Order: sequence, then C-alpha cells, then structure tokens
Amino acid sequence: MEFLQYFGGVFEPVSFLLLLGGTVGGLILGATPGLSPTMAVALLIPFTFQLEATQGLILLGAAYTSTVAGGAVSAILLKIPGAPANIATALDGNEMAKQGRATEALHVSFLASGVGGIVGVLLLIFLTPVLARWALAFGPSHLFWMAILGVTVIGSLDSRSFVKGLLSGCLGLWLSMIGYDDIQGAQRFIFHDSLTGGVNIITALIGIFAIPQVIEMLAKGRREHRISQVAIGKQSLFMSLRVLLRKSKALSIGTLVGSVIGLIPGVGGQIAGLLAYDQTRKFSKDSDSFGKGNPAGVIAAESANNAMVGPSLVPLLTLSIPGSPTAAVLLGGLLIHGIFPGSDLFDNYPEVAWTFINSMLIGQILMVIFGIAVASYAARVAHVPPPVMAAAVLVLALFGSYSVQQSMGDVYVMLALGISMYLLEKVGFSAAPLVLGLILGPIAEANFIQGSMIANAMDGPVAYFLSGTLNLFLLTLVLASIAWSFYSSYRENNRSGAKS
Amino acid sequence: MNPIVDEQSARSPVPRMQHLVPASIILLLAVTVAWLSFTREPSDAFLFPRLIGSVMLLLAVWNFLRASFGLAKVGDGLSLTTVGRIAPGLVVMLVLVYVAAKALGFYVASFAAFLCVYSLYDPASHTKPRSWIKRIVISIVFMAVVYALFTLLLKVQTPRGRFF
Repeated sequence: MEFLQYFGGVFEPVSFLLLLGGTVGGLILGATPGLSPTMAVALLIPFTFQLEATQGLILLGAAYTSTVAGGAVSAILLKIPGAPANIATALDGNEMAKQGRATEALHVSFLASGVGGIVGVLLLIFLTPVLARWALAFGPSHLFWMAILGVTVIGSLDSRSFVKGLLSGCLGLWLSMIGYDDIQGAQRFIFHDSLTGGVNIITALIGIFAIPQVIEMLAKGRREHRISQVAIGKQSLFMSLRVLLRKSKALSIGTLVGSVIGLIPGVGGQIAGLLAYDQTRKFSKDSDSFGKGNPAGVIAAESANNAMVGPSLVPLLTLSIPGSPTAAVLLGGLLIHGIFPGSDLFDNYPEVAWTFINSMLIGQILMVIFGIAVASYAARVAHVPPPVMAAAVLVLALFGSYSVQQSMGDVYVMLALGISMYLLEKVGFSAAPLVLGLILGPIAEANFIQGSMIANAMDGPVAYFLSGTLNLFLLTLVLASIAWSFYSSYRENNRSGAKS
Repeated sequence: MNPIVDEQSARSPVPRMQHLVPASIILLLAVTVAWLSFTREPSDAFLFPRLIGSVMLLLAVWNFLRASFGLAKVGDGLSLTTVGRIAPGLVVMLVLVYVAAKALGFYVASFAAFLCVYSLYDPASHTKPRSWIKRIVISIVFMAVVYALFTLLLKVQTPRGRFF
C-alpha cells in the first residue's frame, strides 16, 4: 500500500490545477474528430518541459485518460468517433441520441468510462510493483529481448501486413541509431546536418502523429463542413446510474476485456472497444437490440477503452515496453525528464511514479464529473472546420518541435518524418511499430552491447543470448508474435483473394 | 457493422506502382544501411546496426518482391483526386518549414501559413470580404494564443527573421 503515501502530491496546487486542466482539455480535445489521444499527448509534451517531472506526467496522464473518454461525446452526439477507440460507442450511442436519450447515453458513457478506468488504474497500482520485482531478475540479454519483443508484438498487431509491420519497426530502430554512437563516439548515418544530434524522440512523435492527420484533414478538400447534432435532452443522473447498474454484465465484460487487452503490448483502445462490444452482444439475451440504441453497447465499449488505459502502462513502467501507441508517447515524456522506466523505477523515483499513478486514479473521478458537466459544450468543438483544425495543428507542430531543443534541424526532421509517414501509411505501413522502434532502439542497443561484452568474457554471444529459461521464453514470444503476424497476414490475403 | 471498415473494403485495389515505388526506396535505404554498417569503422560502433541492417534488408527484399509480383495489397493508396487536394497544403507546409519560418520569422510565417491553409480549404466564398475578414480574425486570434503559450508561458525564443 505504498501508493497511499503519495496521494498528497496530487493535491498540491500546481499539480491539481494541471490535473484539472489536463482532464478538461483532454475531454475537449477528445471530442474533436481527427485529434487522436496519441497526437494530443504528443503535442502536449513540449508544454511539460518547464514543469517538474511529476507535474508533466500528471498533465500527460490526465490528457491520455480524458481524451479517450472525450471521444465518446462526438461519437454519441454526431456519430463521429473522436478517436478510433470510440468507434463501437457510436453504434448504439448515436441511436440513443436520435431517440432523444442523448443525456442518458452521455451519462452512462462517462460513468462506465469512470468505472472501467478506476479498475484499470487499480490493476496498474497492484500489478506494477509485482512485475517490477520480477523484472529485477532481468539482465542485459533479457532486456534486449524484451525491447525486440515490444517491436515485434506491436509490429504484428498494429499492422495488417506481416512484412510491413516488422519493416516499420526496423525503420524505427534504424532512426534511433542515427547520430553519434554513445560508446565510441562514431558518426552513424548522418546524411544531413539536421541529423547530427540524432532524431529527437519528441520531434519524431509530433511529426509522425500530427502531420499525417493534418494531411488527412486536407485530403477532404474544400468540402462543406455540415454536422447535424441531435438535441441533448434531459435525464437525471440518478436514472442513468440505475441504467448502468442494470447493465452490470456489460460493464463487467467491458472492464474485463479492456483490462486484459491493455496488458497486451500494442493492441490499443480500438480493439478493446470493439471486442467488448462484440462479446457483450454475444452474451446478451436481446442481442438484436444492439445497434438500435441499447445502452449496454455504450457501456461495454466505453468501460473497455478506459479500462485499457491503466494496464497499458504496466509493461511501460516495469519493462519499458509501452502497451499502446499513446503509452509509447508517454514513454517519450518520461525519457525527456531523465526518467527511465524499468524494474528500479519505484526504487529510484517512487514519488514521481506513485504520484503519477495516483493522479490517474483521481483523474478518472474528475473525468466523470467534468465529462458529465461539459459534454454538451465539448461537442461544439466538432463544429470547428477541418481547415482551421489542420492549420492549427500544423502551427502547433512547428512551434512544438522547435521548442524541444530550439533547433531548426528538429523542425526539418519533424516535417520530413511526418510527410514520409503519411505516404507510408497509404501503402500499409504503420506508425506505432516505427515509433516503438525509435523509442526502444537505444534500450535494445545498450543492452545488446552490454550483453556482448559479458558474452565475450564468458561462453560467447550465442550461449549468452540464447540460453537460460527466461531468454528462451522471451525468444519464443518474439518468434510466436512473428508467426502470429505471418498467419494473420496469410489469412487476410486468403480472405481478400476469396472476395475478389 | 463498422461503416469505416465497409468503406475501406469497398475501395478499388491500389495500383501496383504505388506499392513498388516505396518498396524500391525502402530497399535502397536498407541496402545503404546494411552496406554502411558492414563497411564503416570503428566496427564495434556498428555492431547493433549490422544486426538491424541485416534484418531490415531481408524484410525490404521480401517487401520488394511482394510489391513486384502484385502481392502487396494492404493500404488505401493515393488517388489523383487526393493528390490534387493535398498538394496545395503540402506546398504551404514545405514553404513554411524549409523557407519562410527562418526567413520571415516564426510568427509572421505561421500566420501566413495558417491563413493560406484556411483560405485554400475553406468552402466559403473567396470573393466576399466578410469571409476574408473572418479568416484573418481567426488567424490573428490563433497566433495570439500561440504567442501567449510559447513566448510568454514557455519562454521559447523562436527565430525572428526579418519581421516578428
């Protein structure tokens, strides 16, 4: 119960204000179609430079939590999911809104998000120290395999093509090697002056996540931006609470699915929401009512995508392996404050780690309160025309990437990476494995070099990296993730071949 | 069930060239990375790059072969209509970042870029003065917010160029 000692830090004036600001801002950003939680967190990172590590993480954590929940607002009122995680919410949420039950849908959505989110953070609180203690047994070879596992798992799960998913991860690993080598000081792959200092993680994150979305908004052209919003209507919170309690099966399934999905690196909220929705429908006695305004659909989807948030940070904080693309961005936020997650995180930085986790718990409660209070107003941001949004994100990306090191080189790299990522995504490459490769590259390399040195003094690299139960277990997981990806690609190809 | 997925599956297949061109560029990059990793000194500094470069080359060759034989089918591709739509915005982005930001100063260049992107993609009339006033006012207000955030709050010193 060590975490209880650090609750005070959350209620320090600056920290609490940041938590409030992050929650309300995240709800509004989440309700904005086209602004994904990952991009919102990436754009926020430059604002944390001036803050202490704990305060910066509180802001990012609050934004992460509330953008996922905020996406439900536009999904329910406008049938436009604020983020991919809210696709399943739109199916029944918008039908409820059309039937004049918008307030009920918003209430149950935020209440379910709150319950799922709290369970998820509790899992984070109780699982993380256990896993961290277990991770103490890890040596350089294990950490090397863990980093490689992170890239292969996210490369396998986040991409529809086996080769392109893994190739995206390799591109990220290569990007992480650009610049001066830490040990020998040798120049590596510096093709342009802007790359002398290497590829800055934050700059890359802004470019890779923000610029493709800007271009995606521009691709809509000069289209009239007409959105029909349903009337909000009125319903007491007490009645909505009763609906939630009556649909406790949907809430349980959503929370369970979200928690389990969150623990698997790379799967993310979209899968959690859709899978929970699907399972709830299968277990329901009136499965035909799904898609026609059944609150159970909203409850399952929203409890799942928020329950995923906490567990997605478990592998991040203990093993440096992010559980979702947004968690990968959070890892970038930790690294810029000089905090390296891993087995000793809770020994070296207990105040930072526990205050951050506790703030996510309080953040869930604030998210429910403010979500219900500002939901109807938050939906208005969806009326912001895409050209304004695109121009705003472009300017923020420019200033944000420059502010990291006050270097024009970073800005050049940011745009080059952003445009390249957009083009690569169009032919099936994926941003998440690339980012993970970039973030985990230095961890993988440092442990590989350290392991090689130890191996040279012992029985050689093959014996060191490929023997021992843990090494073989991790290697099996790496190979299994690659095999699964290969099988999925093969099945997808067969399916598309059969269709044509 | 999911309209987004349905829309994607209804699209026509992406032309082979759209897979082949990026596959060729990535193969070229992988060959360069592998070649540099195996030839540059000190060799110890390139130990990890050699490992990653080899795997990358293997995957890049596989990807290239799949694209060559028309087996690469993932992705939505780029239609000429989409290229036509994004081209003006891309030009604004490239000019902003690689030319104007340093030459004119961040704020002036960003204001101009904001106004350009907004005007180019705004469906409202380009002949009515009211539409232009609205665009200019929104651009100024947004830049004021950016100034407050970055210069006043975060104390970021941006290049000033010839102007502000």
